[in-house]
Amino acid sequence: MKRFIMVLLLSLSPITVFALDTLQFANPEQQAVYETLTSELRCLVCQNQTIGDSNAELAADLRRQVYEMLQQGKSKQDILQFMTDRYGDFVLYNPPLKAKTGLLWLGPVAFLVMGLIAVV
Amino acid sequence: MLKYIIPLILFIIMAVFLAIGLNLKPSEIPSPLLNKPAPVFSAPKLQVPTEKLTPADLKGQVWLFNVWASWCVSCREEHPVLNQLAQRQAAVIVGLNTKDDPAAAKNWLESLGNPYDVSIMDQDGRIGIDWGVYGVPETFVIDKKGVVRYKHTGPVTLESIQQIFLPLIAQLQGEQ
Repeated sequence: MKRFIMVLLLSLSPITVFALDTLQFANPEQQAVYETLTSELRCLVCQNQTIGDSNAELAADLRRQVYEMLQQGKSKQDILQFMTDRYGDFVLYNPPLKAKTGLLWLGPVAFLVMGLIAVV
Repeated sequence: MLKYIIPLILFIIMAVFLAIGLNLKPSEIPSPLLNKPAPVFSAPKLQVPTEKLTPADLKGQVWLFNVWASWCVSCREEHPVLNQLAQRQAAVIVGLNTKDDPAAAKNWLESLGNPYDVSIMDQDGRIGIDWGVYGVPETFVIDKKGVVRYKHTGPVTLESIQQIFLPLIAQLQGEQ
């Protein structure tokens, strides 16, 4: 009986299966760059996921693109440039500080200052 | 007095930001391609796979570039609108048949009508990436010099045809 319950409980435990691409890298550094990039680029279909997290087809295509560019010896900067040329800054989870994104970066500081003023 | 004014100001600021937020469409990402030359491709035609089409072939004409696929549900909704637009012959309509099975794509055009002057195949989605396509359908308007002038994300509606596409096409046809 005990054994039966154990088997039952085990079969209830969630089995998570990840859709991992099996990729070969020339060296560990290249793999590290791949992993950083796929966790810094936004999947544009499911906007709150990175292309590394998402199972959307576009995410898989963009991962393939990143992988191929790394194989061609492109740098991280080249790849980020390639992506922003096509999808805009929105594709970056870490957007650059410029006039258009000023509010995004400085807004929290401004609110903090306003809050401080209000308290004091 | 100040005790009442500061919360009021803060409330107004918050209300303004929330109002802006409500009117933003996060699913419509502005395209960095606007006012830039159309990304180059050379892709086989759907109906005649031995022939290829490149943007250079369309120089001197105003053309629409519509991304579609037979698996795309919103494309079915958009299709009659494109058929109507094609009847007006306002501009050349080029289809980018993305990540599709050519047989299914041809079947779709046969049963629903073919609004495209020509459709090209992008089976691995690379042309789509070059054009910054992230959702199908998408429609670009390219001027006579080969510059991208407008991008519409999602299905084209009769309303957007009347209010945006036709006036823009007329304006671009007037340009040299």
